[in-house]
Amino acid sequence: MKQLFSFIRKEFYHILRDKTTIMILLLMPIIQIILFGFALTTEVKDTQVAVLTTTNDEASSRIIDKLNASAYFDVVAKIHNEDEIQTVFRDAKAKLVVVFEDHFAEKLRHTGKAHIQLIADATDPNAATSFTFYASNIINSYQLELMSEAKNPYQIIPEVKMLYNPQMEGAFNFVPGVLGMILILICAMMTSIAIVREKEMGTMEILLVSPMKPIYTILSKITPYFVLSCVNFATIMLLSVFVLKVPIAGSFLSLILVSFLYIFVALALGLLISTMASTQIAAMLISGMGLMIPVMLLSGMIFPIENMPVPLQIVSSIIPARWYISAVKSIMIQGLGFSSILKEVGVLALMATVLIGISMKKFKVRLE
Amino acid sequence: MNNTIQYNSNKVIVAENLTKKFGNFKAVDHISFEVERGEIFGFLGANGAGKTTAMRMLCGLSIPSGGKGTVAGYDIGTQTELVKKSIGYMSQKFSLYDDLKVWENIELFGGIYGMKSPEIKEKTDALMKVLDFENERDKLVGSLPLGFKQKLAFSVSIFHNPQVVFLDEPTGGVDPITRRQFWELIYEATSRGITVFVTTHYMDEAEYCDRVSIMVDGKIEALNSPKNLRKQFNADSMDDVFQQLARKAKRVDG
Repeated sequence: MKQLFSFIRKEFYHILRDKTTIMILLLMPIIQIILFGFALTTEVKDTQVAVLTTTNDEASSRIIDKLNASAYFDVVAKIHNEDEIQTVFRDAKAKLVVVFEDHFAEKLRHTGKAHIQLIADATDPNAATSFTFYASNIINSYQLELMSEAKNPYQIIPEVKMLYNPQMEGAFNFVPGVLGMILILICAMMTSIAIVREKEMGTMEILLVSPMKPIYTILSKITPYFVLSCVNFATIMLLSVFVLKVPIAGSFLSLILVSFLYIFVALALGLLISTMASTQIAAMLISGMGLMIPVMLLSGMIFPIENMPVPLQIVSSIIPARWYISAVKSIMIQGLGFSSILKEVGVLALMATVLIGISMKKFKVRLE
Repeated sequence: MNNTIQYNSNKVIVAENLTKKFGNFKAVDHISFEVERGEIFGFLGANGAGKTTAMRMLCGLSIPSGGKGTVAGYDIGTQTELVKKSIGYMSQKFSLYDDLKVWENIELFGGIYGMKSPEIKEKTDALMKVLDFENERDKLVGSLPLGFKQKLAFSVSIFHNPQVVFLDEPTGGVDPITRRQFWELIYEATSRGITVFVTTHYMDEAEYCDRVSIMVDGKIEALNSPKNLRKQFNADSMDDVFQQLARKAKRVDG
């Protein structure tokens, strides 16, 4: 045990003495969360709206007036033909087109039911969610007014259609995404670099000649990065809850459990990389190319997996971050229970087992 | 380590037909030798002659493909963990941690070899005095000159009082005066009964050894005291002896 403790302490010295790196590692999550957070949070104000009506009836005018009167919207155009919708979007005249169905007021009066379609430019998915939500609310408030005036229940059914990004992925994604990225970066990249550094410096030889058990070397290498990951996890959680107001809707315990599992997978990956690379640069490139880029592009953090071609979807399923991000979304954003992330937990556990198995075996091989 | 049988045995290193093959290539080809307790055994050979491979086998880093060997009485094929506890090792790549302080490096390696904290502290104090390092104690090793680092690395490699210390080209890149000081430390270690197994490129260092073996193409071509070797090869210096033998080598570098 004394062996292990001496060695873990040494690893902490390494990390704490490298001031630049430790600063980067601690500040990176803060900067990323703030950047992603405020870059994606768009104030919805004076969103340009185009209105499509075929009949100028009282009900539709009331709704249009209400939209226009609110701070959120600015009705800029009235169109009378469906073909014009495309033109409105293409010329960027409006971000939202409100389509009243034919004979809107008449249908509302006679059947008590009428449809409104909200077509949004969802290029900026976060903004699109917000303004369609506001628009739906305004329509609902008109409906309530009608109901209080008349005895019969009236029902206006808003139907929302997102153009360009129908899944609306990307809205709340960045908190789970940043978590997934930071944890893999710290665990996998830093661990592999730390182990490879010993090889490069020639100190690994000394360790192999010493009675130090290889498992102790591994354990003491991963301990500090495990601690660092926990600190970063806490930072990201605090920032997202208190600064970004993204609440943790589900069980915090489940979130911690799945995060530990993910950290474990990432550490195993780092170990595996360290057995393949012989220089720190190589370790950095492998983890950069092999982990960071797939995490950014294929994990669903930025681009929705559902929109990817099938081969890429298959590739994405071997990326641990994909499963972690999906689990975090379920728990943190959707507030689902642990039972809903069993699949993700299963996949991550399988990955951890396989990775640990391979890297332990490879680590032994180097001892001959 | 307190096994009486080994303690009485004066053969600290024994190699019998030790062989290491990589595919068809015999890096080490049936070498046999014995090293006595307290001896300084020079292990010479051109690059690629198989020195490092042989040494790695003796340290338990590499399993022999053939032949037998014992170090400190333990079999290097089957008892590698016990071998590792009984030896010290200093590699040609300078092998301490640059970003740790002098005393932290000592403490770390003491800990790795299972020494207790009070013992480590006491021996560290003594070592700092012997090396005249008391002012450097709290300095990062990276800030010390190479000669200092090598002396410290050697002292760390024998800090846990091993029976044998393996030195793999320990004095590369320093001037002859520093090398001489380094060798004084080696003599001091042998006076404490530590056996020294050293590979080197420098022929002046070969002269300091009790006995010297010269490897050529994986085989030991000569093994004797420097004085007898000079006589045997009718040479003025070890350098001359080495040149005569190394000329026969068919392998070039490796």
